[in-house]
Amino acid sequence: MDSLTAILFGLLPIDVMLGVILFWVTLGLLGLIAPHHMRFIGHILFPLGAAGGLILAGAGFAAMGARPETAVLALGLPDLPFHMRLDALSAFFLVLLGAASAGISIYSAGYFREGEEPAPGVYGLQYHVFLAAMAVVMLADDAYLFMVAWETMALSSYFLVTSKHKIPEIRRAGFLYLLIAHLGAIGILLCFGVMQGGHGDYTFAAMRASHLDEFWASVTFLLALFGFGAKAGILPLHVWLPEAHPAAPSPVSALMSGVMLKTAIYGLLRVTFGLLQTQFSWWGVVALLLGLLTALFGVMFAAVQTDMKRLLAYSSIENIGIILVGIGLTLIFHAYALGPLAALALAATLYHCINHAFFKSLLFLVTGTVLHSTKERSLGKLGGLIRNMPWVAWLALIGTIAIAGLPPLNGFVSEWLLLQAFLATPSLPSSYLSMLVPVEAAAVVLAIALAGYVMVKFYGVIFLGRPREEKLATAHDANWLERLGLGWLALGCVALGLAPVFVLTQLDHVTRLLTGYTVGVSAAQSGWLFVVATSLERASYSPALFLLGIVTMLLLVFVLVRKRYHGRVRRGPAWDCGYARQTARMQDTAEGFGQPIKQIFEPFFRIERQMPSPFDEHPRYQGKAEDKLWYALYLPIARLVERLSLRISTLQHGRIHIYLLYSFVTLLFLLLFTR
Amino acid sequence: MISSIFSQLFQTLLIVMLAPLLLGWVNQCRAWLQNKRGAGVLQPYRILHKLFHKDAVLADNASSLFRSAPYVQFACMVLVASIVPIVATDLPFAAAADVIALVGLFALARLFAALAAMDVGTAFGSMGARREMLVASLAEPALLMVLFTPALIAHSTSLTTIVEALAHREFVLYPSLAFAAVAFAMVALAENARIPVDNPATHLELTMIHEAMILEYSARHLALIEWASAIKLSNYSAIGIALFLPWGIAGTGDLGAVPLALAVLFVKLLLGGAGLALLETLSAKLRIFRAPEFLGTAFLLAVLGMLLLEL
Repeated sequence: MDSLTAILFGLLPIDVMLGVILFWVTLGLLGLIAPHHMRFIGHILFPLGAAGGLILAGAGFAAMGARPETAVLALGLPDLPFHMRLDALSAFFLVLLGAASAGISIYSAGYFREGEEPAPGVYGLQYHVFLAAMAVVMLADDAYLFMVAWETMALSSYFLVTSKHKIPEIRRAGFLYLLIAHLGAIGILLCFGVMQGGHGDYTFAAMRASHLDEFWASVTFLLALFGFGAKAGILPLHVWLPEAHPAAPSPVSALMSGVMLKTAIYGLLRVTFGLLQTQFSWWGVVALLLGLLTALFGVMFAAVQTDMKRLLAYSSIENIGIILVGIGLTLIFHAYALGPLAALALAATLYHCINHAFFKSLLFLVTGTVLHSTKERSLGKLGGLIRNMPWVAWLALIGTIAIAGLPPLNGFVSEWLLLQAFLATPSLPSSYLSMLVPVEAAAVVLAIALAGYVMVKFYGVIFLGRPREEKLATAHDANWLERLGLGWLALGCVALGLAPVFVLTQLDHVTRLLTGYTVGVSAAQSGWLFVVATSLERASYSPALFLLGIVTMLLLVFVLVRKRYHGRVRRGPAWDCGYARQTARMQDTAEGFGQPIKQIFEPFFRIERQMPSPFDEHPRYQGKAEDKLWYALYLPIARLVERLSLRISTLQHGRIHIYLLYSFVTLLFLLLFTR
Repeated sequence: MISSIFSQLFQTLLIVMLAPLLLGWVNQCRAWLQNKRGAGVLQPYRILHKLFHKDAVLADNASSLFRSAPYVQFACMVLVASIVPIVATDLPFAAAADVIALVGLFALARLFAALAAMDVGTAFGSMGARREMLVASLAEPALLMVLFTPALIAHSTSLTTIVEALAHREFVLYPSLAFAAVAFAMVALAENARIPVDNPATHLELTMIHEAMILEYSARHLALIEWASAIKLSNYSAIGIALFLPWGIAGTGDLGAVPLALAVLFVKLLLGGAGLALLETLSAKLRIFRAPEFLGTAFLLAVLGMLLLEL
């Protein structure tokens, strides 16, 4: 017994993590024993996978404050074994992965339905390989293992996205996703290539030790921004998100949006702060501007969507934009040696990463339950679900308040920290930057405010009002496993919102690693109750007191009204200014709700209107708001590629002797180089 | 300690209890300006009293969200009242929420109002919710930018610290504060559903914003909402006074200055209310799609004010 505890407690976090990764892969393979047995896979394998997630999060939590650990596996290339390293940055993102995936896995356990594609076993294999690959990405300490894990992640998620591959649109969405994922992978590969600097040593340790001059460091940064930006959905590489997220089953959308996008943020931070030695302020300006465009673009398009999952996908683009703005601010402060402020901006960024993992996963899972019980994804045909699905509706309300960035939940804390970082810009020595940054702050605030508009639309149209279709009357609530998963994520939103000082002291390990400074320690000085930005006089916020205040006031007012007056209620038909013939179709639809945004920000959309003529027998009105970038950037490139490949295809004759000639010419050409 | 708690309770109750009076004063002034006799400054209290006594009538399909929303709105407004210094800067609760959290509180109340308006599923309810959220999502950034200007001057986002800094330091004229003040006035008009963005007295269905959202409410729920809007108006006045006319507000531990501060407050509120009535009488309501231009102007003014500070 003693030896057992010694083994258990002697384990390093990195060993535990490798164990969890192996465990996940095993779970996936076990599912193939009985790929159609829903009970076995749903009630045994997925809950075990969720437990694995919790263990991973626990190990990551233990590793955050500890010294970096390394491991070398006897796998990989002959002279390049797999290197792994667990430091505070990896540990933080592994906590995010473990904690969010635990909720998603337990929800997935209840998500299977009889006779739905794909078979649960196949899905389970892809799902758990996806999880394991993301964990390896965060642990990898050489470029080779990183790329292997990165590609495994992309491929397993591709199969998950296309699990209903019999539908042509889903195949198209999957293709687009795969294409952009690989464009990004090329960028990352080139970025590693630049960083190894011709020495041929692809371990991250060697990259950390080498010094690049400004030009090559900047090339590396831009390549990383391109490569990881393609995965994160940064403008203009965002086009796959609104296609792939609606195509995928909801738990997969949750995992991709909540967790996989963060692996890209992890990669960007790893390359920019972990591997490159010096950072330049103009990188920050680039990141800031790109992030800003991404955030505003995402939120505007989210406002005009009519498909609930597309809406959430665009909202993910917005959140990634805000995270990128945080990274940009960190870079600017770091380059000007304003360490404490860089730490503040970085803490806000990381905080937003974990917040987004929780609330976005929660909302995607909510759409999954709605989709299952109504078979409807279009917002225009939903409504009134709060009456049939109270559990889902109230848990979704928590997610809605959190994502709208309202106190006292978690979304507000990270936005508060980010705005505090913005307010510190007058201390920048460059007057050009201190002019630019307030304008940026204004635009970020606009994006955050519009997110509130979007979320009222999302929640109000799905859950409130009257059902727009008759079939909605039979909608049923989530089952207990689904409720458990949703509840875990909602709990995370509340806990992250109420205990910011605790979270910040944990984030200190990461900010110390990357910027050399901390925020949590100064935050903790004024007690666990108050989170402060830099000093107590400067700003303080106490979510716990805030919640206490609201709840006390609520109860007080309720009791006073009841005591002093009465609580009598009568029910009657809705009044609506005395309008007698109301139907459910008179409510605002999703289009109606988005219309003002379409009108105000018209130049940003490509709007196609179909207007019926006055004499039309069957008048039909249609207004579509589309992405301008798709027509201005993607289609021309696609046409160019097609034209070029037509030219090149003249080389293709299908005759073997001509192909032999090609080989001969190539050989000659190569010999010319090697002499 | 005891005196701070007393100061906290006193200021919060002052705003909550006197909010309907300010509303009554504005209405009375407007009546006078329109050559009417008016219902007297106490009319809002009478209306509240009447509404609280009535039986609540709920739509058949109203959910519990609909019933709880008025309480949430009221609680949020009281909480805002407890962090804005109006008489003295001695406010212990103000450490729990700074100006950003204050904007968040307004937004939280608005979110519940909009969701509740969509709950019954009537045409006007969802129209009101949409318009309110539109106005708010354009007004909110402007409000934050307005608040950031004094925050940058005072190096703090805590309202009490800002007022300490502006009222009790040597007198400096900041041109950026003038920009911020104009922007703030515009935002305050929009957020409080006043002319030119909305008309609190309207009952013409297609022009309503705020009134459309609360059409389905009656009795005590309506009373709480009306009272909450009155407190909101007082809160905005209090914020405006604290940021742009802070002179006279007593500093921490300065009990002797409180009577004078109270008197000064009443004078400021009387003048402010009369000014609001004058403005509302002189201007006409904008078309709904002109409202974004109005708020965009406020937003740009606020950003300009902030930029002037950086020069």
